[in-house]
Amino acid sequence: MPDKPRLTREEIAARAAKELPDGAYVNLGWGIPNLIAEYLPSGLTVFFHSENGILGMGRRARAGEEDYDLVDAMKVPVTLAPGGSFFHQADAHLMTRGGHLDVAVLGGFQVSQKGDLANWKVPGARGSGGIGGAMDIAAGAKQLIVCMEHTTKDGAPKIVKQCSYPLTALACVDTIVTDLAVIDVTAEGLLLREMAPGWTKKEIQELTGAPLL
Amino acid sequence: MKQKIFPSLDAAVADVPDGARIMFGGFGGAGFPNNLIQALARKGTKNITAISNNCGTRDGELGLMFKNGQIRHVIASFPGPHANYFQERFAAKEVTLELVPQGILCERMRAAAAGILGFYTTVGVGTEVAAGKEERVIDSQRCILESPIHADYAFIKAEKADELGNLTYRLAARNFNPIMAMAAKTTIVEVEEIVPLGTIEPEHVVTPAIFVHRIVQAKGIRYAG
Repeated sequence: MPDKPRLTREEIAARAAKELPDGAYVNLGWGIPNLIAEYLPSGLTVFFHSENGILGMGRRARAGEEDYDLVDAMKVPVTLAPGGSFFHQADAHLMTRGGHLDVAVLGGFQVSQKGDLANWKVPGARGSGGIGGAMDIAAGAKQLIVCMEHTTKDGAPKIVKQCSYPLTALACVDTIVTDLAVIDVTAEGLLLREMAPGWTKKEIQELTGAPLL
Repeated sequence: MKQKIFPSLDAAVADVPDGARIMFGGFGGAGFPNNLIQALARKGTKNITAISNNCGTRDGELGLMFKNGQIRHVIASFPGPHANYFQERFAAKEVTLELVPQGILCERMRAAAAGILGFYTTVGVGTEVAAGKEERVIDSQRCILESPIHADYAFIKAEKADELGNLTYRLAARNFNPIMAMAAKTTIVEVEEIVPLGTIEPEHVVTPAIFVHRIVQAKGIRYAG
């Protein structure tokens, strides 16, 4: 594997933030996506949705400001932006499933060349596992971006021909933002739209388990 | 007219029998009926089927009832990173689990509330969740049939109740509580405050009194982490 610098988790989040359209209603999943709120380009206004029933979620609460009746989906105390609202969880997921959110950004273990996503369970992991809101969000968002490292810690591709991990949803991913590339899932296949500085298409292809256009 | 306000937490749960199906509100540490859960632990009801987003935070929330071995089956979407008592019982096969996508968990309860006998959804198609479910194609989309989730009781947490049982909730502590209130045969609510009739603005009522059967006042308990 080429020993070149890759994007950090924060840089992946900052890159993904540039994909958000102004005025969008957006849900951010666990992991790298959760960092995106800190890296919005200046002048961009987006409204964050949380599946526990918040629209217009603001920044994280500062020390002394925490109210534990106002937490995000990761249990972290947050604030409410002006114009924010609360509703029950069924309406929160009506928004995810019903195509009302403009963009959802999720983490991923694997994405297939057809845009299948696996992000809820590692095969052979101990315990029960847990789905949470990922399946509803993946199945319903108008646009789904996945943020993840391009390869596993062992260097195996996470972008693959077919997912071997338990699936979250079929053919749901539109764009993959990794520490090496921005890739669009198209009808023709995976389109390499952007490469990390210093990396070549050939090098990225070698670390990708499916052909890049 | 039957009085809905109960004098104590123990009185509010006194008739909950072994084998009951119970919904428990709460998400992310907010809106859990922890006082009612503790009352049910004191009563010692066993063989419960629990319906809840998660499975407890150590001793807190449903953790106490898994620790006590009161729950036999659970329907949940995300057991959670601190549900150690649940995981121990699950590993020992003393508890069975049905994992459900979170929004589908909501919608299956809402179907029960609304008298809807099933619905088709694209959520879960091609995943473990689809196993054993009827699949068909509607408008060129693969979808699976989901069934309602009913319960004998809902244990919920609200901020205020009036004497009839009209409820308001605080911030994001609303979460699953209003849905469960509508879905169960008997809804028991713990509230921070019981206020006189007429002091909740009618437009601000979130759960109308028809869905609430027992009210008990208790200062809310929250478990960290």
